[in-house]
Amino acid sequence: MPALPAAVPLSWYLTLSAFLFVLGVAGFLFRRNIITVFMSIELMLNAVNLTFITFSYKLQQVDGHIFSFFVMVVAAAEAAVGLAIILTVFKNRQTLEIDELDSLKN
Amino acid sequence: MPVSFPAGVEYLRILPEIILTLAGVLIMLLEAVWSDQRRTVFAPISLAALAAALWAAMASSYGPAFSSMLAIGGSATFFRALVIVVGLLAVLASSEYLTRERANGAEYYALILFSVVGQCVMVAANDLLMVFVGLEIASIASYVLAGYLRDDPRNNEAALKYFLLGSFATAFLLYGVAWMYGLTGSTNLSIIREVLLSSGAPSLGLTGVAAALIFVGLAFKISAAPFQIWAPDVYQGAPAPVSAFLSAGPKAAAFAVLVIFMVHFGATAEQLQPVLWACALASMVIGNFAAIQQSNIKRLLAYSSIAHAGYVLVAVTANSEIGAAAVMFYMAAYALTNIGAFAVVTHVARKGERFVSMSDFAGLSRRQPAMAAMLALFLLSLIGVPLTGGFFGKFYIFKAALDSHLVWLTVLGLLNSAVAAYYYLRVLVLMYFHEPGEGAEELPAAGASLQIAVYACAIGTLVLGILPDWVLDYASKAALK
Repeated sequence: MPALPAAVPLSWYLTLSAFLFVLGVAGFLFRRNIITVFMSIELMLNAVNLTFITFSYKLQQVDGHIFSFFVMVVAAAEAAVGLAIILTVFKNRQTLEIDELDSLKN
Repeated sequence: MPVSFPAGVEYLRILPEIILTLAGVLIMLLEAVWSDQRRTVFAPISLAALAAALWAAMASSYGPAFSSMLAIGGSATFFRALVIVVGLLAVLASSEYLTRERANGAEYYALILFSVVGQCVMVAANDLLMVFVGLEIASIASYVLAGYLRDDPRNNEAALKYFLLGSFATAFLLYGVAWMYGLTGSTNLSIIREVLLSSGAPSLGLTGVAAALIFVGLAFKISAAPFQIWAPDVYQGAPAPVSAFLSAGPKAAAFAVLVIFMVHFGATAEQLQPVLWACALASMVIGNFAAIQQSNIKRLLAYSSIAHAGYVLVAVTANSEIGAAAVMFYMAAYALTNIGAFAVVTHVARKGERFVSMSDFAGLSRRQPAMAAMLALFLLSLIGVPLTGGFFGKFYIFKAALDSHLVWLTVLGLLNSAVAAYYYLRVLVLMYFHEPGEGAEELPAAGASLQIAVYACAIGTLVLGILPDWVLDYASKAALK
């Protein structure tokens, strides 16, 4: 594997991925548009991938790389199903505001 | 690293998954080439595939498979058989519903089969990668199932909430897995166990955070408080037979994974005990006290399933072999009871699920004595009345908790069971001591396959209640391996 530029320590990558993950969590919790919420989840998954790659580099193993490929493939499948679900919701309700989906209650 | 090809016996060990996957693909292909008249064969094909997979799971030899990605042992065999039986019962309970809603599509059966495949992979996993892949196969199929009637706004909403919160939970699980990999240098659970036990183990604080993140992901799947918010909406909005499936199969698989982690993470898992303790208590309290206020029967069963997740978490908190056996026994009893109850609800709800409020069950004993009696049996088992599976389930759980000196949790759990009796008995009283309401329609007799599902669940509940040793002996032996 080619060496990373010496000026960037590995812990920075971990900090960045933790920051991205928290950003995703915040987006999921505070944004009200379904598509944005969905994108926040994708951001969390990408933060996970960055963590995997960083550790994989540190351990000089290929396992983490392989895991991140699995994450990408599954995220793609999830996106296909998720966007289909979002489309049917929009078709039936003409809204993408998450607060307006409150028909299920006691 | 030398490349080793899997031996023949390793393929035999994943035969259940192979059978179910092939059957699912076959059903999708047949749907494309066959005309509409032959749609009735999809249910028998999936039943046959599930029966064959059940046999393959029971007959499978123990040992690792595919470079130790999977490990078939007693616990894996038990849970694989359980999730396949859940699939069988769900298919039986569904056909009346699908015919009624004119939605008898092949994809419904294929999705159930795929979801069961995912659950089988989860419970047999010996690698964090397999846990993740299995979880996602099971989850993605069930997101679609929750929104199966795509023109029904309730189904849409259930599917969307299930999907968003499910993916959110998976991201947490994955982040925990990534850290566990970074700290231990492997994703294989056997190697992680060795590393955590060795002298060069990473600090407990860091592995504890990784394990806690993984626990958050699983807690969503088992609908344990404070990660339970999705469950009432999803169980209420999804088609009733799908709710039956979701409340039993994925939950059992997630608990199986939780037990695997408790065993392999050793001291790291032990320091999470206070968290598990709090989650178990919160689930019981929130589930039971919210269930009291419900007027929709599907919502009531959803909150009751949150409370039951709390009881099972008590056994997980005990973190012992008796605890693991109690989890297995309870999940078996709970799965049968809950599918049975949801199957009766499926029948009473009628087309478009119009009759799902509590008052629609008033006087059911006069309109449909057999179904009312079966629902009564399931509710009694959920309370934990002797001679039903639910009684011994609770008994073993609280025994395991006492053996691990969790006295307070046991006392609070028992108090909660008393609270739970109130809302289950309310349904019973409505069915037996009230007149049918004004708007009650004539209820046609239940379809044959739904009846088979309901009676099979009832027999299973009674067998677990009268002869618990059959299952418990197996579970205790399985927990030792």
